[in-house]
Amino acid sequence: MISSVVFVSIFIFSISVFAINCKRIYRNISLGKKIPNIDKKQERIKKTLLIAFGQSKMFDRPVVGFLHLIVYVAFLLINIELLEIIIDGVSGKHRSLAPYLGSFYNFLIAFFEILALLVIISVILFWIRRNIIRIDRFIKNDLKGWPKLDANIILYIEIILMFLFLNMNATDQILQNENFNNYLEYGSFPVSSYMTFLYSDLSVEAVFYIERASWWLHIIGILFFLNYLYYSKHLHIILAFPNVYFSNLESKGKLSNMKSVLNEVKLMLNIDPEHNSTNSEIERLGAKDVFDLNQFQLLSAYTCTECGRCSSECPANITGKLLSPRSIMMKTRDRLEEVGNNINKNKQFLDDNKSLLGDYIKKEEIWACTTCNACVESCPIGIDPMSIILDIRRYMVMEESSAPNEINNMMTNIENNGAPWQFNNQDRINWINNN
Amino acid sequence: MNKISTIKELNNNGIQPEVLFWVGCAGSFDDQARKVTKSFTNLLDKANVSYAVLGTEESCTGDPAKRAGNEFLFQMQAISNIQTLNSYSFSKIVTACPHCFNTIKNEYPELGGNYEVLHHTEFLSFLLSSGKLRVKKPDFNGKKITFHDPCYLGRANKVYEPPRDVIKKLSTEINELKNCKEKGLCCGAGGAQIFKESESGNKEVNIKRTEEIVESNSDIVAVGCPFCKLMISDGIKNVKSKKELVVYDIAELLDKAI
Ligand code: SF4
Ligand code: SF4
Repeated sequence: MISSVVFVSIFIFSISVFAINCKRIYRNISLGKKIPNIDKKQERIKKTLLIAFGQSKMFDRPVVGFLHLIVYVAFLLINIELLEIIIDGVSGKHRSLAPYLGSFYNFLIAFFEILALLVIISVILFWIRRNIIRIDRFIKNDLKGWPKLDANIILYIEIILMFLFLNMNATDQILQNENFNNYLEYGSFPVSSYMTFLYSDLSVEAVFYIERASWWLHIIGILFFLNYLYYSKHLHIILAFPNVYFSNLESKGKLSNMKSVLNEVKLMLNIDPEHNSTNSEIERLGAKDVFDLNQFQLLSAYTCTECGRCSSECPANITGKLLSPRSIMMKTRDRLEEVGNNINKNKQFLDDNKSLLGDYIKKEEIWACTTCNACVESCPIGIDPMSIILDIRRYMVMEESSAPNEINNMMTNIENNGAPWQFNNQDRINWINNN
Repeated sequence: MNKISTIKELNNNGIQPEVLFWVGCAGSFDDQARKVTKSFTNLLDKANVSYAVLGTEESCTGDPAKRAGNEFLFQMQAISNIQTLNSYSFSKIVTACPHCFNTIKNEYPELGGNYEVLHHTEFLSFLLSSGKLRVKKPDFNGKKITFHDPCYLGRANKVYEPPRDVIKKLSTEINELKNCKEKGLCCGAGGAQIFKESESGNKEVNIKRTEEIVESNSDIVAVGCPFCKLMISDGIKNVKSKKELVVYDIAELLDKAI
């Protein structure tokens, strides 16, 4: 009885904190500009199933793709077991579902155990890749400090959770064999049966306490993990789905034509503007801070897994420039969090004299991009770091006029003679006659 | 060589050419790119395609301005180009520059410019498959040809096969680079980079890409973009290589074989 009350309290508390965090994320994303109507819903659902659910892009690198798939599938399936754990916790019973499922229950438990073992193996391999082989994209500067620790914490939590799950079953078996209390003979334990020797010297009571401890730590660990997500790159396990859904379906080369600019251009060229632009609010061109980005870009900032596939294919990054598309996403998230905390504290945003451009992202990063789309192509979950770079360029050029001199010269040439170089437009046809 | 007409001349004489050849700024002004322009018009002549150019009415598509962040200038260029284009009749636009190709194809429609737009490698591949062009001297047999995918043709528009189809007519196989197609490494020119010094780093992007090409042990690197051609030929001058490596546009290669 007491245990049920404790369980329900912990459970409700964790879920509430999680709900508060979700609301914060939603509110922070809503600070961005609205995205235009979402069309082609069917195509988007297909894409989400393929890329987010089916993880198709992860298989560009087959070995990690496979390991990641194991962890992901196991994560989804072991949640079925979580259902029983919750029922047990609330009712104070043990293995509540077993009597209803019969031999299928044994199959499920055996299946989960094998998954747990595979997860432990995969996670150890992940840990080795990060910490011993030290794959390039995991040891870059933009991952130093918290991001690196975060990645390892996730791996440790996963190993601990899987170990607790197996340990629970190992001790359970001993108690079943001893006919201890209500430990009835349910389940089949292909993996944990090899762990029972650990406890062979202990008294039944001691084993019972270990079993209970494992059970509690396991569920508390899961609830902790749920609330850890908000502070971690692991948010992608939820946000990858909406992010892929909202990602661009058109050809990657197409950049949006800014509507706010169009009216003015039409006025200048004496073409009738669609509507009178005098009453429309003058908005900032391009992006200086997170408020100027759109909601999809902000969602992506929370979704980014910090895997660094983008940066490892970025021509600027691999030739040693400061630009890293991964860090563009991470800095956007950091700034958005700072703005969110500011709002939490002051009820509304109080100007802090900071901005994404300048305090987080440097001009030098922005100007190194070749707009090659390699980052967009390589992202396994549909993030477009280039769009943020471009929006910041727009701000720098159209609001600040702070482009590098050579870029200004190029633009002046286009204005004056219709080519990025200083040539007389009449010479455009010289190639026809000369060799 | 046939006389190259402007679209104005043809339309005035009541002729609607099949192709409006969008030459592009590089193709008009840059020495290396002009050779590509010449080769391509040679091929059009050999295939008896009726075509014309805009001549002095052509102007920058606005791509470098847009990608540098100057949307005003881009839209000014785009809208006045669209006004020019809409005043003539032709059936499709073909261009040898993937940046012009991408901009006219993807960004002009919303601004009122709706055309069928092809990259010259797409059109050449069509001319070959429809028999309008026949390779007489597949001279390149024995030479290893590789292809460097331009970002704005490949990743941006998923045109991977047409340039390869042309190469396959010239050589028994394509000596693919390790990073090709979706994974093709940029030459370093795009996004208005070619107009400025690069930010400090440990290497220039074109050198990195040229090293990858040299590693492939090819004799010829084929390209499909005037800017890639510039960047890689500059790279070749600066990267040590055991054997001679030359860079040609797909149109130049094909022109040599017909
Ligand atoms: S688009 Fe820019 S940021 Fe993305 S990979 Fe290319 S150079 Fe890097
Ligand atoms: S943007 Fe995509 S590819 Fe880049 S680090 Fe984030 S998840 Fe990985």
